[in-house]
Amino acid sequence: MKKNTLGIVFSNMHDETLGELTERRTTGSIPFGGRYRLIDFTLSNMVNSGISEVGIITKSNYQSLMDHLGSGRDWDLARKRGGLCILPPFGHSATGMYRGRLEAIVGIMSYIKYSNAQYVVMSDSDTVANIDFSDLLDQHMKTGADITLVYKRERLNNDYPKDTTVFSLDENNMVSDVLVNPFVDGEQNIYINIAVMSKELLERLANEGMSRNNTSFVNFVLQGKSSSLKIMGYHFDKYSSEITSMKAYFKTSMELLNEDVRMQLFPKDRPVYTKVRDEVPVKYGLSSKVKNSLIADGCIIEGTVENSIIFRGVKVEKGAVVKNSIIMQSGIIGENSKLDYVVTDKDVIVNHERHLSGSQMYPVFISKGSRV
Amino acid sequence: MLVKKEWISMLLAGGQGSRLYTLTQKLAKPAVPFGGKYRIIDFPLSNCINSGIDTVGVLTQYQPLVLNEYIGSGQPWDLDRMNGGVYVLPPYQKSSGSDWYKGTANAIYQNIHFIERYDPEYVLILSGDHIYKMDYSKMLSFHKEKGADATISVIDVPLEEASRFGIMNANDDGSIYEFEEKPKQPKSTLASMGIYIFSWKKLKKYLEEDELDPNSSKDFGKNIIPNMLNNGEKLWAYKFDGYWKDVGTISSLWEANMDLLNPNVPLDLYDDSWKIYSRNPIMPPHYTGENAIIENSMVTEGCVIDGKVDFSILFAGVTVERGAVIRDSIIMPGSTVKAGAVVEYSIVAENSVIGAGARVGQRPEDVSEKENWGVTVIGDGVTVGSGAVVNANRLVDKDVKNDEVI
Repeated sequence: MKKNTLGIVFSNMHDETLGELTERRTTGSIPFGGRYRLIDFTLSNMVNSGISEVGIITKSNYQSLMDHLGSGRDWDLARKRGGLCILPPFGHSATGMYRGRLEAIVGIMSYIKYSNAQYVVMSDSDTVANIDFSDLLDQHMKTGADITLVYKRERLNNDYPKDTTVFSLDENNMVSDVLVNPFVDGEQNIYINIAVMSKELLERLANEGMSRNNTSFVNFVLQGKSSSLKIMGYHFDKYSSEITSMKAYFKTSMELLNEDVRMQLFPKDRPVYTKVRDEVPVKYGLSSKVKNSLIADGCIIEGTVENSIIFRGVKVEKGAVVKNSIIMQSGIIGENSKLDYVVTDKDVIVNHERHLSGSQMYPVFISKGSRV
Repeated sequence: MLVKKEWISMLLAGGQGSRLYTLTQKLAKPAVPFGGKYRIIDFPLSNCINSGIDTVGVLTQYQPLVLNEYIGSGQPWDLDRMNGGVYVLPPYQKSSGSDWYKGTANAIYQNIHFIERYDPEYVLILSGDHIYKMDYSKMLSFHKEKGADATISVIDVPLEEASRFGIMNANDDGSIYEFEEKPKQPKSTLASMGIYIFSWKKLKKYLEEDELDPNSSKDFGKNIIPNMLNNGEKLWAYKFDGYWKDVGTISSLWEANMDLLNPNVPLDLYDDSWKIYSRNPIMPPHYTGENAIIENSMVTEGCVIDGKVDFSILFAGVTVERGAVIRDSIIMPGSTVKAGAVVEYSIVAENSVIGAGARVGQRPEDVSEKENWGVTVIGDGVTVGSGAVVNANRLVDKDVKNDEVI
């Protein structure tokens, strides 16, 4: 059963709300958690659930994503049958860039048609969670639903983006009222943009949506078809976080320092795969001090690190103090410099004796390759 | 017929490595973990690919399971090739004369067909129990330049240690006139590193002749090299002056690991131009807790540390609980050191558990009879009970009960 499922990942959703993080990359290729890119979570969830055929829909800035994914081997997706397929925008005179998820599906219709899969799991790539899709598929088949939507229960706050979808459920777990970004109080069923349905239904809905000039999956399918289709909810009650803003990025990163969150995100039997970099273990010097931090391989730590996430291949030199910060791949923090609430993108060099500090709400962001 | 290769490599990984005792009970010596995320064989394999060799035969006959699984398709070393790549070559049944590998030379002899498939001009013979970074292509240039039949890589060792090695006595220009295996009175300090380049046609002839000699022990050092010298073949010594260490004993394995923490030792694993590749663990970055104190150590992904780690090497997925102390030790993948335990001068093998408050190993200064001091080894999957004491120089391969003293 599981073998017959196709995964479709949207790699560009929420690019526009993430500011500098997606200046030169897609949402899916945002570095996260010391050694990952956001898309690693979705891809690993699929692979760990037995899905071995995954199409990744891209829109723009996808060079870094392609570099990260390569042939898909590091996710065990370099396959003769199925495997990983990156789907760049396919334009001809009649179509341009896609506007909504449904239009994006139409753009890759030939890829979907070619697949032997019976079911399709559709997912954005900004969800940090370890979700067992086979359990989702089991529920979907058992209930005979047309579409099953994954949701979590949480209060809506200002941090949620404008396209957040919430819905109500009746006593039979059927989705009834679907609202986008409503003014509501209290705990809501928040759709986390992961849905499962049969391939045939997806094809039919995509074509129908296009013929009615509606490009949005939420609007055309979830809002428009909730009475004619059997749309049901799947409650995901473990840790999940959507990276839809810089603030959410910082907050979610820092939550990794919580042991319970790490246990839920990185269980031993459902590992999160990522591109292998063949880094050396971390080397700690004689004067190093580290506390409550996550440190990836390839780093050389000779200074102080507290409450921080340190990516692969970072150097923290003697006397440097890094607190409450995120230092992405191959950064160099010079001697005696001090960083507090700072996010440095890849390949940033902070010279000796520099002091940088932001605040929890507004961490200082240093863009890729800069020298401070 | 496959595409011709200029040179290929044959890696002798067969040894049980009995001097590593409990560490090699379930795996061959080249598969012993080293340096936080490597296994010994990563060094010769990475040297091969970095030197431009894309075809490697790995000869093994002792506990091949772990080694086989580890090498797999060869992909981590970029040795999964359409033409060539890495192959594990165990002894196999033939229509006549099937046998185990009887010696290093016999192992190569039994795989003549493998070598001939690539029709190489030169064959590089390596062993799987040394830690070093070496550009074999420079050695090949030397071999060609000298017009040698065999080139043997040598390293200068202190005179007092020379009698532990095979010693090459060479003229000033580097040509070898004599070879002595572990001489009592060494005439030179040029020790063979167990790295040979042979012109294949010559080697094949000597292998075939040696096979017919019933008195031969079928060994490169004891038979092939002396026979070639006696027949006046051109043997040259290629001097290597970098870091090279045999890790065939517990103490040398411990020392070689500790060398990685010494900034004065010329073995730089962080050099991107000569990476050492390995099969990577799939684990999150390591976490250092509120009470962690880590100094002068190497720590790998997947570790969770809330104790004190000093002058030590921690492999992937090691847990060090609050109040535990690890000093001058090597903790292999997946092991746990529970709260308040103290581990000093020890090697703790994979998936072991050191119970709360236990004490494993001793510093040399804490032992009354200095000659009895040595590194303590806790074997694969062993549980040391809480409050137990394991003194210096112990090799533990069975569980130790709570509060037991051994």
